[in-house]
Amino acid sequence: MKKIALIIQREYLSRVKKKSFIVMTFLGPVLIAAMYAFAIFLAVNSDNLSDKKKIVVCDETNTLSNIIKSNAQYEFEFSSLSLASLKSDFDSSGNSYLLYIPQKSINFEGVQLYSDKQPSLAIVKYIEDQLENTLSDQKLTEKGISKKIISELDFNLNIETIRFTDEGEQDGNTSASYMIGMFSSILIYMFIFLYGVQVMRGVIEEKNNRIVEVLISSVKPFQLMMGKIVGIALVGLTQFALWVILTSAITGIIGQKFAQDKIKLIQIEKTVESSNSDKSEPAIAAGEVLNALSTINYPLVIGCFLFYFLGGYLLYSALFAAIGSAVDSESETQQFMMPVTIPLIFSFIISTSTVVNNPDGPVAFWLSLIPLSSPIVMMVRLPFGVPTWEIITSMLLLIAGFFGTVWLAAKIYRTGILMVGKKTSWKEIGKWIFYKN
Amino acid sequence: MLSIRSIVKDYENHRALNSVSMEIPKGSVFGLLGPNGAGKTSLIRIINQITKADSGEIYFKDEKLQEKHISSIGYLPEERGLYKKMGVADQIVYLAQLKGLSKQEAEKRAKQWFERLEMKSWWNKNVEDLSKGMQQKVQFVATVIHQPELLILDEPFSGFDPINAEMIKNEFLNLNQQGTTIIFSSHRMESVEELCSHIAILNLSEKMLEGKVSDIRKQYSKNCFEIAYNNSESIDLKGATAFQSVGNAKIKEGKFVQEIQLNAGFQINDAIAFLMPKIQFNGIKEIIPSINEIFIDQVKNA
Repeated sequence: MKKIALIIQREYLSRVKKKSFIVMTFLGPVLIAAMYAFAIFLAVNSDNLSDKKKIVVCDETNTLSNIIKSNAQYEFEFSSLSLASLKSDFDSSGNSYLLYIPQKSINFEGVQLYSDKQPSLAIVKYIEDQLENTLSDQKLTEKGISKKIISELDFNLNIETIRFTDEGEQDGNTSASYMIGMFSSILIYMFIFLYGVQVMRGVIEEKNNRIVEVLISSVKPFQLMMGKIVGIALVGLTQFALWVILTSAITGIIGQKFAQDKIKLIQIEKTVESSNSDKSEPAIAAGEVLNALSTINYPLVIGCFLFYFLGGYLLYSALFAAIGSAVDSESETQQFMMPVTIPLIFSFIISTSTVVNNPDGPVAFWLSLIPLSSPIVMMVRLPFGVPTWEIITSMLLLIAGFFGTVWLAAKIYRTGILMVGKKTSWKEIGKWIFYKN
Repeated sequence: MLSIRSIVKDYENHRALNSVSMEIPKGSVFGLLGPNGAGKTSLIRIINQITKADSGEIYFKDEKLQEKHISSIGYLPEERGLYKKMGVADQIVYLAQLKGLSKQEAEKRAKQWFERLEMKSWWNKNVEDLSKGMQQKVQFVATVIHQPELLILDEPFSGFDPINAEMIKNEFLNLNQQGTTIIFSSHRMESVEELCSHIAILNLSEKMLEGKVSDIRKQYSKNCFEIAYNNSESIDLKGATAFQSVGNAKIKEGKFVQEIQLNAGFQINDAIAFLMPKIQFNGIKEIIPSINEIFIDQVKNA
């Protein structure tokens, strides 16, 4: 045990003392905060950033000049000239688009949009929406429904979700669960990748430096491997903790600057998010978001987060250590990395698509039990509420999976680290597992 | 010091050690010789408890070899290196701690060694800033800092420049005089011959011979002598009862040199008596086979 402690200490200190660690620790939060600030800046100023696009309209029906409206991005100009002359003048006119609405068009069929470049989806959709609205208004008016009633049809609904829990009924909030689940699974995914690869690099370094044989004449290969894995986990936790502290400090300062308009800020965030996720979620008022966030069972979520955070890392880093031991340089790792990274990437993709949309479905259920995918998938499910027995089973399986991979990795590791200058194949690694010692 | 008894080690497709036994006496400089692939490194790794033997036993000072003996053994592997981005002193202290020294003790001894080997100015440097020769000195200190009773050196002089090799060699001999038992492993027989008091030769996973260097050479000497003489032309030495000529006379540095082999039951004096009236003696010396010659002889006959 004393030797493992020494190894952990060396692995930890040698990394924490590095300039790159210190730089990343301070630069990381600044970068995150800068990204955050930039996103807000873009959301607030996007209208002013792009040039206004001019669209000249050749409206042969002469009915639309009051209906198609200009906005901050698009300026519509109605022309009385013929289509042919507008077409021939297009290059010199400085207009970006030419919209043609033929005279005999019924239900706006045959409408054409000319431009010298492929038009953006946004403008096509903008024009289509305007024309569709006009059309449906026209039809409804024809049927004798007044404008007043039409405007009353514009609903914006917000369903309140309530969960039956042990403490009685609780306000649930899907968006808040969604946010927390996604955020934690992204963090775990990143942590496993960043620090798992560091374990692999560390092993390759020891092999390349040829110090490994000196070391294992003093300590057992298993001690060396575990010391490295735990030491680097502590580096990761340190960096993570520092990031949380520094990021919240920096974003706090930036937030202060926007404090006068804080509610608007949160609304902007929401719209940024919903436009990213391609699902038009109803915008939620700031108070509601805060309220929703307070309904999450934080001790459970944070506790599980730490468990899966470490469990996932330990399981994968043992595999990364085994890969590192089997190769002579990082460029040779490719073929062995694949089977390790595929389940990781797979569970991340599945959790951000299938699982988050159906957190209680069979896919989510099984993937949150399998140790290779559970750290990422379970964190997405957790804020939506998961039965206790499932959490416990998943945790026990992860612990068992960890011991299984460490056992397997240790067998590969102790043979691999002494193999120098040989190209290793899968077949050979398979044999190492069955070597006696 | 170390008693190796019937060690067998099998790898997947071949047997690396086939029932190898040897006794390494306390205070000896023991040469473990043999061509590449003979099983030297396999045996050394078993002694260092890096791998386990499939069968057989090793006794360290009459005690079965076990984990606690790690701190009594110093090992300089053939594939040796250091952490490049770590400080020189930190590294030596770390390796010493892994061998069971306390931090204070490790630092104290490291300072002594640095002074002795004139490395004091390197104390705070990173290993990557040192030349290869300097790094080898650091490796040497890391190997001996915990004052092991048994030192195992696998191809110790490969990669050393002549000056450092000489210095390190003297340090090893110095430690040996203070009572440290040393195992030298090499495939270059002649390089360690002069250092070793005892040797064992491994070939094709088996031990071929073992013993005191002087005994072995005596055992394999064939009663051959080299006679040099100053006559103006080569003399025909046929017809002697005491010896036979081996080959014809050669000219070496302006003298004739003739190898002779004594016949059974005769002494060199008998040969001299026969030669005295015939040749003008310049010199006579016994031809003692080198370990290399013995080895090649053995391999050929095997």
